[in-house]
Amino acid sequence: MQSLSNRRGWGFWLQLGFTLLVCALLTVPMVMSMLAGLTANYFVGLKSGLTLRWVDEVLRVYSGTILLSLQIAFACLACTLLLGVPAAYALARRPGRFARMVEEMLMMPVAIPGLATALALIVTYGGVGDLRSSWLFILIGHVLFTLPFMVRAVLAVMGAIDLTTLEEGAASLGAGFLRRFFTVVLPNCRSGILAGSLMVLTLSVGEFNLTWLLHTPLTKTLPVGLADSYASLRIEIGSAYTLVFFVMIVPSLILLQGLAKRGRPSV
Amino acid sequence: MSACVQDAPLPHRPAARPPAGPGWMGEPLRLAALLAPAAAVFAAFFLLPLVRLILIGAGGAEGWSAYVTTLADPGHFDSLISTLALSAGVTLVTLAVSTVAGLFLVRHRFPGHALLVALLTFPLAFPGVVIGFMVIMLAGRQGLIGTITQALTGGKLVFAYSMAGLFLGYVYFSIPRVILTVMAAAEKLDPRLEEAARSLGAAPWRVVADVILPALKPALISAGALCFATSMGAFGTAFTLATRINVLPMTIYTEFTLQANIAAAATLSVLLGVITWAALAVARSVAGTSVAAAG
Repeated sequence: MQSLSNRRGWGFWLQLGFTLLVCALLTVPMVMSMLAGLTANYFVGLKSGLTLRWVDEVLRVYSGTILLSLQIAFACLACTLLLGVPAAYALARRPGRFARMVEEMLMMPVAIPGLATALALIVTYGGVGDLRSSWLFILIGHVLFTLPFMVRAVLAVMGAIDLTTLEEGAASLGAGFLRRFFTVVLPNCRSGILAGSLMVLTLSVGEFNLTWLLHTPLTKTLPVGLADSYASLRIEIGSAYTLVFFVMIVPSLILLQGLAKRGRPSV
Repeated sequence: MSACVQDAPLPHRPAARPPAGPGWMGEPLRLAALLAPAAAVFAAFFLLPLVRLILIGAGGAEGWSAYVTTLADPGHFDSLISTLALSAGVTLVTLAVSTVAGLFLVRHRFPGHALLVALLTFPLAFPGVVIGFMVIMLAGRQGLIGTITQALTGGKLVFAYSMAGLFLGYVYFSIPRVILTVMAAAEKLDPRLEEAARSLGAAPWRVVADVILPALKPALISAGALCFATSMGAFGTAFTLATRINVLPMTIYTEFTLQANIAAAATLSVLLGVITWAALAVARSVAGTSVAAAG
């Protein structure tokens, strides 16, 4: 890496410029919408003054959606960790046609539009007890949608390291399966587990395609509230709501990226 | 969803193997036990409902032929073709952009590097509706592009509320995820291969074309397939920009909510799912063989 970073020819600056341009495409509209959420009157512009009035209103009206989204996201992470990491290990240990078939099956909720999955869940479980009006109904959809991302992230790392040799080494030293799994396998795919967790949390908090059909007036998640506010309220409130969403997601992103970075050198 | 808590996989079985051998004999059973919880949840909450949906699609007066007649409807067919074209274009543009940026970020360290990575991967968490809002900020009536073009040419360029806006939105949405995939794959590359190529006199572009890109190919194919499938099936962005954008998810949504035509919605969802799933399966088999060839 060091020898690479020392040679900074025109190629380096060209690529840096391109990457910064991509970054601008992604961040400029975010900054614009954040400012709009803090501006007293968007059509007049910044000279109308900055205010927290819109943010206050969003927190007053929509705090329920924010808490519900967090609750679902962390429940979803727990489920995908418990279901996905062991499944990825099983698939990594027996690569072949069966493993590929299982992986393709697990990918189906991503390939199939969220609308269709939601529709299928509604026609099958919509009448079962109180499930339809429970937040668990949305959680089911989120787990289906995010599980493949966890499995693939972990599987990608497991495929890149020589799991068999590592495990054989540990087994030849007398380590039983549980010990191998927790002291050899899991530490070696930490980066994959963290990447998967990042994916699951962020995708769950932002999930809209499934949630739009699965939600009820009493189980509104943040993205559902956002869609409401974009459609019916003034642009400052939509922007302020988006700002709240940004503020909510930044700490978890930074934390997870930091964890991923710290995990790397020790592996 | 209590199933995923109850079925928490804690396989004790292998510990009971006699210490004489490494215990490989019990492995198939152990692996099956590890896979079982995910498989059970998947079967109960995805496969079963999907079968139900497929049957509902065929449950009308036309029976199974509904799958052909629904697609043969000119409106539905147009919507299918435009969705396919949109998704293919989005995938190509996203892969090109993300590979350049992702490789650059893995191969160089500089002040502000971490911040740049964080900013580039930030929109990963955006719901389709927020992406739609971002597109409006960029290319909408009060958008940045409109303001700039008005200042430069006097004419206001506004394209948010159309297929072009949706294209921009889906590229915006896909870049973070593909960059993450490219970076993860590039970090696993063996730097010695690159050093060997360079010490043998390969020009930088040859190193990229002959060493790095082939090694990234499986990751690029799977990321591209995912990007394609997401663009085909997402509807939050179109929902925010304009409900009359002619893409298949919007058509399905309209059939379901406005026409209350559950059978048609089911039929179209199943057809859309088959197309995107097949694309993913083909892409994966390509990626699978190239992994084997590289190994």
